[in-house]
Amino acid sequence: MSKTLLHLSGLTKAYPGVIANDDVSFDIGAGEIHALLGENGAGKSTLVKMIYGLVRPDHGTMLLAGDNFTPAEPRAARAAGVAMVFQHFSLFEALSVAENIALGMENPPKANALSTGITDVSQAYGLPLDPERLVGDLSAGERQRVEIIRCLLQKPKLLIMDEPTSVLTPQEVTTLFTTLRKLKADGTSILYISHKLEEIRTLCETATILRGGKKVATCDPREKSARELAEMMVGGTLNSAKLQKTTLGEVVLKVSDLSLPPQTAFGTSLKSISFQLHKGEVLGIGGVAGNGQDELLACLSGEVRTAADAIQLNGVSLGHMPPNTRRALGVLAAPEERLGHAAAPDMTLTENAMLTAMTRKNLSHSGFLDWPRAEAYAKLVIDQFDVRTPGPHSAARSLSGGNLQKFVIGREVLQDPEVLIVNQPTWGVDAAAAADIRQALLDLASRGAAVIVISQDLDELMEISTNFAALNAGRLSDARPMAELSLDEIGLLLGGADAAA
Amino acid sequence: MLRLEKRPNPSQAWGYLAPILAVITTMIGGGVMFALLGKDPFEAIRTIFYDPLFSEFAWYYRPQLLIKGAPLILIAIGLSMGFRAGIWNIGAEGQYIIGAICGAGAALSVYPLDSVFIFPVMILFGAIGGFAWAMIPAILKTKFGTNEILVSLMLVYVAEQLLASMSLGLMKNPEGFGFPGSRNLQQYASAHNAELWTGTAIHMGVVFALISVIFAYIMLARHQMGFHIRLTGESPKAAKFAGVNPNKLVIYCLGFSGALAGLAGMFEVAGPSGQISIDFNVGYGFTAIIVAFLGRLNPFGIMLAGLLMALTYIGGEIAQSSLGLPSAAIQALQGMLLFFLLALDMLTNFKIKLAKAEVRI
Amino acid sequence: MDLSAISPTLLVASLMVAATPILLAAIGELVVEKSGVLNLGVEGMMITGAFSGFAAAVLTGSPMVGFLCAAIGGAALSVIFAILTQYFLSNQVATGLALTLFGLGLSAMLGQSYVGIKPPVSAKLDLPLISDIPVIGPILFSHDFTVYAALTLVTGVWFFLKYTRGGLILRAVGESHDAAHALGYKVVRVRILAIMFGGGCAGLGGAALSLVRVPQWTEGMTAGAGWIALAIVVFASWKPARVLLGAYLFGGVAVLQLNLQAAGVSIPVEYLSMSPYLITIIVLVVMSTNRAKSALNAPAALGRVFHASR
Repeated sequence: MSKTLLHLSGLTKAYPGVIANDDVSFDIGAGEIHALLGENGAGKSTLVKMIYGLVRPDHGTMLLAGDNFTPAEPRAARAAGVAMVFQHFSLFEALSVAENIALGMENPPKANALSTGITDVSQAYGLPLDPERLVGDLSAGERQRVEIIRCLLQKPKLLIMDEPTSVLTPQEVTTLFTTLRKLKADGTSILYISHKLEEIRTLCETATILRGGKKVATCDPREKSARELAEMMVGGTLNSAKLQKTTLGEVVLKVSDLSLPPQTAFGTSLKSISFQLHKGEVLGIGGVAGNGQDELLACLSGEVRTAADAIQLNGVSLGHMPPNTRRALGVLAAPEERLGHAAAPDMTLTENAMLTAMTRKNLSHSGFLDWPRAEAYAKLVIDQFDVRTPGPHSAARSLSGGNLQKFVIGREVLQDPEVLIVNQPTWGVDAAAAADIRQALLDLASRGAAVIVISQDLDELMEISTNFAALNAGRLSDARPMAELSLDEIGLLLGGADAAA
Repeated sequence: MLRLEKRPNPSQAWGYLAPILAVITTMIGGGVMFALLGKDPFEAIRTIFYDPLFSEFAWYYRPQLLIKGAPLILIAIGLSMGFRAGIWNIGAEGQYIIGAICGAGAALSVYPLDSVFIFPVMILFGAIGGFAWAMIPAILKTKFGTNEILVSLMLVYVAEQLLASMSLGLMKNPEGFGFPGSRNLQQYASAHNAELWTGTAIHMGVVFALISVIFAYIMLARHQMGFHIRLTGESPKAAKFAGVNPNKLVIYCLGFSGALAGLAGMFEVAGPSGQISIDFNVGYGFTAIIVAFLGRLNPFGIMLAGLLMALTYIGGEIAQSSLGLPSAAIQALQGMLLFFLLALDMLTNFKIKLAKAEVRI
Repeated sequence: MDLSAISPTLLVASLMVAATPILLAAIGELVVEKSGVLNLGVEGMMITGAFSGFAAAVLTGSPMVGFLCAAIGGAALSVIFAILTQYFLSNQVATGLALTLFGLGLSAMLGQSYVGIKPPVSAKLDLPLISDIPVIGPILFSHDFTVYAALTLVTGVWFFLKYTRGGLILRAVGESHDAAHALGYKVVRVRILAIMFGGGCAGLGGAALSLVRVPQWTEGMTAGAGWIALAIVVFASWKPARVLLGAYLFGGVAVLQLNLQAAGVSIPVEYLSMSPYLITIIVLVVMSTNRAKSALNAPAALGRVFHASR
């Protein structure tokens, strides 16, 4: 790299109880795609927030193109030429694309000029987008384009991208990479945050690896193997979950012609979903966020009622039944949102154990609750799933993401379900906990239960699924054995093309 | 610069401390307010908070505590259930009025019949009246998703007009020389909600208030319904996942609070007030909202808060006659108390930290 | 009974006067709710404005000073709400209720010595020639200042929300405070300003009641007008033009029932008096039946507590 654009030295930021960043130093060159690699909780977000002016460092200095750089707020960072595409988009659903973009600019031009500007940039970088549409009606990939165009209109020197591919299909990823390479060719530097190693090896020429808030190394990722990078990131060797070879048993769950109108203003409808689930099977359902995952889980868990016959367990129709009746029959679920859906944030773990285990664990006698038993069950989950917490009296919100997820999954697994449906079981969970959770799901299947894993993480699905189906715009493709599918075929399925075609 | 930081676990200590501190800060704030009105602040605060309990005439005021406290507690217990679940019945004043009209109506329609069944029937009618009035916002909310706050409140004004119509028309005392207002139930033995033990001021409403406190405690701590109510308040989505039917909960919470408010109105009209009149309602239904929050939506807390609020009512009356303090001053003081409580409540969930160099709060 | 005594022209002219207090309060609350804050204290701010405006007008003899003080009084009360909900992160529903209870108590307490006094008369526009035009004259050109102030405010708010950057930022904050915060907008500051604007408008609305519509001071004289203003914001599905429609509709009902009372219709007065409240309920029900449509306009972050963590 010829010139350094951003020079970071000795950046430190401490929060009560954690040092999020500890003496981090590295350089980003002009026109360089620089990867920032690390596990959840390694301090990537904090570092980036310091560069973007959302958080002020305790110590350390930053130089942007040789000048002292101390942005007090995002506005200052943007004025200096730093733009950022967030992982959880900072978009407003009820506003139009143009309005969203105007909000991200310091001095937006008049409405007409802005529309033209949007169209120009979107054509130049291959990001088609209609300025008048409401963001709430866009797909995840299109929303990301809004964010990127918002940044590009500012002509940034440095573009920060936080986990940009987590919401994209493989084909969309390819398009994104083309755009990013064009930007690089125009001289824009890109700080690319990810934990997906293969991506980084194809896209980036430099990578900085963080672990536990400290910089581990800066290297050329193309010269390292994915395994080497992973071990630097985790700081040890990795176990991956092992699927025990099982033969599939008879059909337990039969879903036929399951349809659902949209539940909210910007919700997705489900369109005639059908599949069969066998004993011992792990059915992986892939798909980009917002294609009906939450709705499908709600239909299966009983939060949303459908036609009785649409869902059948061992021949019993249960589409019309409320959640607890289904639990009694053995259909359990764990939704994606840990805090506020799978668990109540301010309630204790004991109370959260009561939340779903009331029926199957006999925690209620004619309406009166057996708290000692609930506490014992919470303790059992904590012990068996190695949940790190002071005890069952802790509030759910006090647990880290990984620990709470282990509690949530454990709470369902230990109820011996016949069918377990989980949505994004390892989203935002550290690698060790994620491996434990996957192993628990596989063990459950090997004991004869049927498991549905809804996930956006293709690596995860390829690792643990027996069969695979893709959810696109509320339609589910036919389920096919995972082993027979290539990455390209999966990509096509996720994009909505049925592999049979 | 001060900064808020969320506690990992809600602080129990602050849960108890906040209401106590709120009362103390209200005394200070109220003192300042009275001083601005040109009254001696220490005298005023002593008259309101101390005299009813310990002055020369305390023997007269102490039983009054129960008379004023019972309806407040009864209503607040009902409201607290809904408030915990995020169901906001703020029309208890209306349910209180309708309960009174129904209870009194049951008695007046059989006047002057003498029977031991009259009073129990009145209790039943009072509860049904309040329940039915609360069912209007409940059903509109479950069927059409109409906002229960606005509907229940609008119905207060409707109920007040009904009350006026009743005391001027249908229920007007035929022997009342043309004055508005119904017959006095205190003079109708079968319908009179009399003291159970002379001189104690304990009437049936006090007993019901106590029962409601115990019932609510068991409900919230031990019963599935109470758990579902708390769960819905904490996280509606998690509640739905746990299998709670939100519509049933709306019906239950509004119905329960309506019935209790109706009971309170019935006990009041058959006892301390004695008759249906235009100015029968004095705002218990609104003050009960403060009572519910001050008691932290906890049944025993509400009992204490109800008594405290009764104390300020009585103290306010004394201050009115002895110091010339405007009667509305007490209402302002009660509002102030709720402000301080809401502000201090934050400390159960947040810590205040001195920020070093953090970017904005 | 003599229904012919009710003149349509006078009816329209007086419904504009009758609607003005509610219109003022509702347009203020619309801005507050668009910023994502639900302030149920409108009634309290209105009555505070009604009192402070009345007192100031009586003391100075100038209705204009009265209106100014009413706006300041309403805004001052709303600052309590702003501090509690924005800095102390209190529950907005509970805090709004507290504001109403406190405002009613405070105004009743301070207002005791003002009961029964007549305020100075607010000047009407009464332009010599055009206000004499039949029908149009009395309807359009012979009102007092508040009627025009309210109409100007509605137009101003509509323009602000639709065409200005400030309006866009306000809507964005109400839509998603987290996203707005991530873009570097000052969520808390925007909301506090909106709350104060709402308070000022509610205060003005109160003064329109105590100085123009009634005009005198009585305890609790708002009689639910603040709550009706809240209902009108829902009815209007957060659109300024429809707030105007809602308020005038409501004003029409209020004036009509008063006229019917005066005309001696054989319905008891109490039932006529409860009609505005019943109609509000009916309108709320009708609006909530097609919620899917109006939900698009409802600010998504309405009533949610904002705490910028890390």
